[in-house]
Amino acid sequence: MAAVTAPGGSRLRRLWYVTERRGFLATLLISPAILFIGALVGVPLVLAIYLSFTDATAGSLSGKWVGLANFRAELHNPVFRGALWHTFLFTAISQAVVVVCAGLLAHALMRQFRGRWILRFFILLPWAAPIALTAVGFLWFYDPQASIFTWLLVHSHLVSAGSVPTWLGTPRAAASSIISVQAWRMIPFATVIFLAGISSIPQEVDDAAAMDGATGLKKFWYVSLPLQLPIAIVAVLFGIVFTATDMVVPYILTNGGPFNSTQVLTTLAFQTGINAGNIGEGAAVALFMLPLLALVTIAMLFFARRAEVT
Amino acid sequence: MTNAWRQKAFSYGIVIPFAIVLAFPFVWMGVTSLKNQAQVYDPTKVWSFSPTLSNYGNLLHHTDYLRWLRNSSFVGLMVVLITLAVAMPAGYALARLAGRIGRGLGVGIFLTYLVPPTLLFLPLSRVVAQYLHLSDRLWALIVVYPSFTIPFAVWLLMGFFKSIPQELEDAALIDGCSRLGSLVRIVFPISIPGILTVVIFTFSLVINEFVYAITFISSSTNRTLTVGVPTDLIRGDLYNWPGIMAAILIPSIPLALVYNAFLNRFIAGFTGGAFR
Repeated sequence: MAAVTAPGGSRLRRLWYVTERRGFLATLLISPAILFIGALVGVPLVLAIYLSFTDATAGSLSGKWVGLANFRAELHNPVFRGALWHTFLFTAISQAVVVVCAGLLAHALMRQFRGRWILRFFILLPWAAPIALTAVGFLWFYDPQASIFTWLLVHSHLVSAGSVPTWLGTPRAAASSIISVQAWRMIPFATVIFLAGISSIPQEVDDAAAMDGATGLKKFWYVSLPLQLPIAIVAVLFGIVFTATDMVVPYILTNGGPFNSTQVLTTLAFQTGINAGNIGEGAAVALFMLPLLALVTIAMLFFARRAEVT
Repeated sequence: MTNAWRQKAFSYGIVIPFAIVLAFPFVWMGVTSLKNQAQVYDPTKVWSFSPTLSNYGNLLHHTDYLRWLRNSSFVGLMVVLITLAVAMPAGYALARLAGRIGRGLGVGIFLTYLVPPTLLFLPLSRVVAQYLHLSDRLWALIVVYPSFTIPFAVWLLMGFFKSIPQELEDAALIDGCSRLGSLVRIVFPISIPGILTVVIFTFSLVINEFVYAITFISSSTNRTLTVGVPTDLIRGDLYNWPGIMAAILIPSIPLALVYNAFLNRFIAGFTGGAFR
């Protein structure tokens, strides 16, 4: 340090030497990211929690403190309870479909074969294209008069012309339509991550299993599956968060209708907070996603550590 | 030999049907975008119709589409620059300089990526309007978007920087290079493929974003692509479906091609940060 403070060393020079210290340099390099995230994720998160305890409306950030009134009102609101249930239902069903389809696809894509590149490109399309735009495409595919799905079903004689599905028109059909689009969009993501999980299994493990006589389903169940599980679970956890907190697909396809039958937490929070201007109440609705996020975070930390050990 | 055959048949038997189902919507968008308005609702004209490119011309000349494209690209570019400026140093520091604490911090930053815009848009809408005075300005999006691109980028870059051997830097240090100097002269240039991956995926995240864009932006001329198409093009009684399909395909196909090209690097970064 003596050299640094010697008469010849200017201030700038001293600063330069300080950057040579590991701890200081690390702090210097990391802090902008931490500050940015703190200001734009941490602060709004705290604000969201604060707002949910107030009667704040559009145009003001501070409302009167109302305690748990917003939460109590929501829990008695049948539309909200419906939204909570639909969020769970849409996420659970679409993710179950995604896991099965992506599992199959990932195993089929493991091997090299002719046309693999272009087929993988096709499979990736739903995830790579902006969902807000492709969801508008589905609005057209589900059109009551000119739905291509209806045409295909009728012309392949799967459905008689008299009993065509209503797609977005009736509660049950609308829910199924939304779930299908969510699954369609998440399958590619889960597939590529599953694929990474399978490829991460070292060839030696495979060979050893084969030497010990493990083949087919047995090998899959006792050797391949446990080894690729941690990464696969991380992909599923991501899928759950992406689906449960997604507003785009239900907002564009039905905006909660018909008769709130496809209302989910995100669309309800938007309608309450932005359209109706009750920011406090909207924030309370959105906060019901927090327990799910907390659970997923804990699970993620657990499985990330397990993945590291294996 | 028969075994190999069976495996190949298994692959084709699964991959081809899935590829058809997953890609079909895009095929149908393409078909619809080439029809003229009169034939769109005609169920007998499913495959046989006279193709026209007029929908594309209409879209580009008689709507705000090009403006939205420009807005989205501008926001994307600015967010990419901010993200790189913040995430490159942080990713490097987390990969190299800090030890155990660094690992924990890295995972912590990554987990903030899980906090969804749908949870934050209500408070942020007030912050943007009252404190930043950016209502209906593209800058509102430029300021807010890095909140989800930075965690993601830090994570990917951390993985890429970890794969660069420490010896390279040590050699530079011995030759009299400073720590910052070795970062700028040695580490960043080797990581250009990784940095490019982050650029692609940051840009794609920005183009995809919907919730903030529809909350913060109110005038048609300031909209981004993802909000302009579902709001302004779906207005009035007669939807111009062919034009809308064209509006979806124009950004989707190039994005998907680039995405596909960088997919392997993306997966390596995504799973590599923690799992290696």
